[in-house]
Amino acid sequence: MSQTLEQAQSATRYPRYADASLIRAKFTDTVEEIIEAASEITIVAKRERLVELMIWLRDEPAFRFDYLSDISGVDLGEFASPRFAIAYHLYSLVHNHRLRVKVFLEEDDARAPTMWNVWKASNWLEREVYDMFGVIFDDHPDLRRILMPADYDGYPLRKDFPIKGY
Amino acid sequence: MGLETKIGAVLPEVITTRLDSLVNWARKSALWPATFGLACCAIEMMAMTDPRNDVARFGAEVFRASPRQADVMIVAGRVSIKMAPVLRRIYDQMPEPKWVISMGVCASAGGVFNNYAIVQGVDKVVPVDIFVPGCPPRPEGLIWAIMKLQEKIERDKVFTEEKAA
Repeated sequence: MSQTLEQAQSATRYPRYADASLIRAKFTDTVEEIIEAASEITIVAKRERLVELMIWLRDEPAFRFDYLSDISGVDLGEFASPRFAIAYHLYSLVHNHRLRVKVFLEEDDARAPTMWNVWKASNWLEREVYDMFGVIFDDHPDLRRILMPADYDGYPLRKDFPIKGY
Repeated sequence: MGLETKIGAVLPEVITTRLDSLVNWARKSALWPATFGLACCAIEMMAMTDPRNDVARFGAEVFRASPRQADVMIVAGRVSIKMAPVLRRIYDQMPEPKWVISMGVCASAGGVFNNYAIVQGVDKVVPVDIFVPGCPPRPEGLIWAIMKLQEKIERDKVFTEEKAA
């Protein structure tokens, strides 16, 4: 069975989003929610078995998320509970598909496990999230500020940080 | 008239002047800027040296890659808080006498970057002689600043403690 040229091109040009139902079957207690919006798939996961989930996502033949394209932090505001979220944007070079994994964190316990043992790319990305939001990444090999000066006071992308006049 | 006419009559190859004027003339005629472009203003700073604008007419075309050979630092662009110590260090490495031109609104007052990352005016880090308004200033604007700086240098007192205001 051969693909038409058009099919082949559309498969390369537009990255697809992974089928997430398999993940729920495997990590029932870790996956809280699977959100599908604008043909993008987001998994809301618990922090506890996150590393295990990520390693599985990386190694499972159906997913093969071998590339961590970004980690972004979210501050939902000082009155929100949970206040923070971290979004891991995964990409598979093998399957050309993507997935977003989201973890919510409470303000008084804003820490997450490092993904350094899963993807080495997470080193600087986690440093950036720490720099901007003050989220601690446990067991990170080198958790220092990356963008702001080392003696900088505060976490500038938090909602309660003054926008101007700093 | 004075002494210079009498000397001129006897020795026409001799010019008399005040030492202040001579030294200041030499200084203002060869202002060598330090290469220090930080943002889009640097494009206009480079355009200042092109054949159309030709800052060589004012003796300030020799951009030096080492601050130790430079007289004037043109802060061309927004200075981030992390960049501020570097800027200060480059300024400190420049030999006396030295001058600073703050080019554009970002270097002068933060401009549109009134946020957590940008120094709100480079005069918090180094003493500034001339501020150039604009976003970015046109090359003519920067040449105007260099001419203003030259006027300032002319007023300088070389052999007294007092510096011209």
